[in-house]
Amino acid sequence: MSSGEVDISTPGGAGAQTRPRRHHFAFGDPLFRWFTIACAATVALAMFLLIGVLVKNSWLAIHVLGIKPLTHVAYNPDTNQYGALSSLFGTFLTTILAMLIAVPLALAIALLLVELVHPLVSRVVGTTIEMLAAVPSIIFGMWGIFIVVPLMQRHIEPWIQATPLGRLGIFGGSPVGVDVFTASIVLSLMILPFITAVSRDVLQMVPKVVKEAGYGMGSTTYEVMRKISMRYALAGIAGAVFLGLGRALGETMAVSMVIGANFFTIPHSLFQSGTTVSATLALNFPESQSKLETSSLIELALILFVITMVFQVVAQLWLARARRMTGSRA
Amino acid sequence: MAPRSVRRRRLVNTVITTSSWIAAAIGIFVMGWIVVTVVVRGIGAWNVAFFTQLPPTGNDPGGGLANAIVGTLVITFGAAVVGLPLGFFGAIYLSEFGRAGRVATGIRAVTNIVLGVPSIVAGMFAYALLVLPSHHYSGFSASVALAFIMLPVMTRTAEDVLNLVPNELRESALAMGAPRWRATLGVVVKAARAGLITGAILAVVRVAGETAPLLFTALSSPYWLSGFFGPSGYFGGPTANLTKDIYDFSQQPYPHLIQLAWGGSLLIIVAVLGVNVVTRLLFQRGKEW
Repeated sequence: MSSGEVDISTPGGAGAQTRPRRHHFAFGDPLFRWFTIACAATVALAMFLLIGVLVKNSWLAIHVLGIKPLTHVAYNPDTNQYGALSSLFGTFLTTILAMLIAVPLALAIALLLVELVHPLVSRVVGTTIEMLAAVPSIIFGMWGIFIVVPLMQRHIEPWIQATPLGRLGIFGGSPVGVDVFTASIVLSLMILPFITAVSRDVLQMVPKVVKEAGYGMGSTTYEVMRKISMRYALAGIAGAVFLGLGRALGETMAVSMVIGANFFTIPHSLFQSGTTVSATLALNFPESQSKLETSSLIELALILFVITMVFQVVAQLWLARARRMTGSRA
Repeated sequence: MAPRSVRRRRLVNTVITTSSWIAAAIGIFVMGWIVVTVVVRGIGAWNVAFFTQLPPTGNDPGGGLANAIVGTLVITFGAAVVGLPLGFFGAIYLSEFGRAGRVATGIRAVTNIVLGVPSIVAGMFAYALLVLPSHHYSGFSASVALAFIMLPVMTRTAEDVLNLVPNELRESALAMGAPRWRATLGVVVKAARAGLITGAILAVVRVAGETAPLLFTALSSPYWLSGFFGPSGYFGGPTANLTKDIYDFSQQPYPHLIQLAWGGSLLIIVAVLGVNVVTRLLFQRGKEW
């Protein structure tokens, strides 16, 4: 564009005509805009590439094995058995147990931080919990395998079996320590700080006026929490729970180090070793012998991806709906 | 609503608040327990050899994790070089141009999905994309896996921070005749820089401690890093790294290797918590904008 032309990049730009200097930047803005679009689009590109690459490499397993992995428990490459059911069952079982432990604890701690303690204490404890959320999973794995497993094996599991609970089938068998129970506990401690931190942030956004109105009506702290704060922050708390759930579903190190792994059965007791999808991948993929095994494990990764994606999409849709209904922000 | 006795309501309240205290106590206790365990068991492994020597072979005691420290730094740096700028400029698009538009909403949804991708799947992706076709493990493929994890984290935090910049600043910059790109980079980004730097550092630290994505990409190696893309310049070669070494050594029957694993854990905890604390102290204002 020569400097004599009218600046068409500025609609109705009468002022631009008197300032020819701006013409130097005429291409700057569209260029910048397209550059940022390209950068933003890489994430979408990467996701489609991920789906494409995983589908392509699991095609052999999908073609040869069909839906057999989804209906079979046993995984044994020597006999060409590539059942995924045991892994999937373990993933869902540990995730559900971990959530059952972590969510009430997280909400209780969030309540404490927002409603009960001095702001200074709340800040110190809150920061500590945020730090815990940043501790990598391998550290939880190390702590789990060298501290929690022996403790479970020698003390906690025999103790549970000595109580009336021990007569239940789910606490039966010999306590080995490396089992579904230990894995669920370590997993719950891993996602606890994360859910707590997000819940606390959300609960802090509940306007004081609304809560004070509740107290003014004579409500107890718990009633204000449950009937006012929780309702107001429902969308955000659900978001925190879903994010924690996503993390638990895919967690690899902390679980694979304490669950015993490579026990391809449907455990009938929590004190039995088991496996999860990610643990199966971590332990078998490096030792994979045949093309079919490699392919079947990549298919397993694809299944894990689809599961977490479905959870994400459902969570987002649900959150959008909850946000519209309650008018709260998350 | 049916009237309920004050005594019952008080009782419920006491039970719930007490259990909150117990829950918080458990949470803090576990945090302390983990840190203390790692410090007590790991500090014994820290000596000059730990930071300067290669890991011992077989039964020999001594040695260190120097090659793994270098490897982890290089792999993480490689991921940051790719992930941070892409996330940063992507966030600029979302907050400055795309806003509530259809494209931006779509990209935001995809970003959330990628944010939820399990790290082991990211490792499998990098394996299938780079290791399988080239027949070589490499630090580079590990960096790609980590960049994939870092990208959505950076995008989301950067967008959140940029959204906090008041619109008046954008309007003033544009009113002064600044083109959009200068208004964005010179004014908006500058105003949000503390938050952006905090977000970037925390995103890097988060992936630095990852293990699962490295299992099928960097693998591990008892030798020094011989090249990012491979031992003799070509595309391949396992690369030593801290987290995979910790994982491998923790499964070994030799006490001195387990000790090294604890030493490595301590290094990671010190680095992760240290960077977190320092970043928070330096950029406390980052929370506002």
